[in-house]
Amino acid sequence: MKLVTAIIKPFKLDDVREGLSEIGVQGITVTEVKGFGRQKGHTELYRGAEYVVDFLPKVKIEAAVAADMVDKVIEAISKAANTGKIGDGKIFVSNLEQTVRIRTGETGPDAL
Amino acid sequence: MFKQIKGRSGALMVGLLGLLPSLAMAEEATLDSGDTAWMITATVLVLFMTIPGLALFYAGMVRSKNVLSVLMQCFAITALMSVLWALYGYSLAFDGTGMEAGVMNLNSFVGGLGKAFLSGVTVDSLSGTVPETVFMTFQMTFAIITPALIVGAFAERMKFSALLWFMGIWFTVIYAPIAHMVWGGDGGLLWDWGVLDFAGGTVVHINAGIAGLVACLVLGKRKGYPGTAMPPHNLGYTVMGASMLWVGWFGFNAGSELAADGTAGMAMAVTQIATATAALAWMFAEWISHGKPSVLGIASGAVAGLVAITPASGTAGPMGAILIGAAAGIGCYLAAAKLKRAIGYDDSLDVFGVHAVGGIIGAILTGLCAAASMGGVGLAEGMTIGGQLWIQTKGVLFTLVYSGIGSFIILKIVDVVIGLRVTEDQESEGLDVSQHDERGYIL
Repeated sequence: MKLVTAIIKPFKLDDVREGLSEIGVQGITVTEVKGFGRQKGHTELYRGAEYVVDFLPKVKIEAAVAADMVDKVIEAISKAANTGKIGDGKIFVSNLEQTVRIRTGETGPDAL
Repeated sequence: MFKQIKGRSGALMVGLLGLLPSLAMAEEATLDSGDTAWMITATVLVLFMTIPGLALFYAGMVRSKNVLSVLMQCFAITALMSVLWALYGYSLAFDGTGMEAGVMNLNSFVGGLGKAFLSGVTVDSLSGTVPETVFMTFQMTFAIITPALIVGAFAERMKFSALLWFMGIWFTVIYAPIAHMVWGGDGGLLWDWGVLDFAGGTVVHINAGIAGLVACLVLGKRKGYPGTAMPPHNLGYTVMGASMLWVGWFGFNAGSELAADGTAGMAMAVTQIATATAALAWMFAEWISHGKPSVLGIASGAVAGLVAITPASGTAGPMGAILIGAAAGIGCYLAAAKLKRAIGYDDSLDVFGVHAVGGIIGAILTGLCAAASMGGVGLAEGMTIGGQLWIQTKGVLFTLVYSGIGSFIILKIVDVVIGLRVTEDQESEGLDVSQHDERGYIL
């Protein structure tokens, strides 16, 4: 089992959700986050006080998937979230040790 | 009973009445229901300016962890000043015992306690053509908003208990005497000088503005200022608050005529024109200087215009209002956006930049714009523009010195006794939690 974490631009969330749905990913968790990479921030002005805003709003998607699904998931997210401009985001894949479905108590790949 | 006249063009009439006692009896004022209805309304409008107008205007500009503290301070000041005004404030400001035109005595500086506990203020007593209760309450709303304005200067770091003490003492020894000197009638120090201050450029704005500057210097900068970003957390509140201030200000300025007449009508007109001009002036100044117009800028510009037209609202004409608005919009923009940064003091919400600077611009230009040649109502007989400008300047300087030094002393005393500022940890945590055990947003 693998945990696929993707940081994407917020307005791409719907496209990514649809893309994942199409390849059979049953559920995801979405968090609103802030961050920066190579995409620079911008300045905001309040009564003469200029602030450089480094952190940009992003959306983090987490999907727990079977190991053999990972490549398809990466491809789906990349395709849906890509704009070609700096700040499109990143995808991280980490190993998932255990998964439990709370309602039934199922564990392992059955719980995905 | 001597009727208190503030800014009324009938001042000359009262002078004549004073010389002819028999005529005075025959011309004694009676209750005018039109004037009374308007003044009751004006009182409500001015109260609305503080709660929630000013409260929201300020609350939106602080960080979210301090939103309640600002609202609490404005609300608490409203309550405290109302009670103190009734107990003795009205008397100190408007008791006319011992006052005589051209005579300087203790009563030139402060009223006696003849009206303490509102003694003599009955259902039937009159102040001009309105019930004295209405005049008293109308003036109460001014005594409320003036200290509330100061809150912006030390926002996000003042201890609530210290605030209550400071405001209570400040109201007693700074606000009431200045109100007395400017509006107390013949014998009042600034009244006798001939200072034109229709609705409170000196009494309210310069007074609060300089107190704010002194306070922010005594308390010191907020932790992390100016390096840490502290942008306004909810400019929506700020714009709503500024809008309420704009609307309510008609009670402030037009109500200062104490009657529903032509002067009140002109006060309303010049208030609107000056405010609109100032809003545009700040907006364009910022647009040129920074590259984009901002909503905080246009709202601040409007408030600057409202402040500046305040002393002139009873004497300026429409074109004078444009001049005052433009001067205030640009002058206050420079003070808030440039001067503050250049000098480095942390006047969190620009109390000095908007109220003191706007008040000074307005108070001085009042002298110019009152002249008939500028479309105003005309200066006093024999007075020149230069002469009036000097009188206005004297009034400004007196207020700056009296309020500046007085505020400093009070702050130092309160600091020694209980401490003015919250601890560093409390400041980081936010005043809402540290001073009030509450959160503004539970989302």
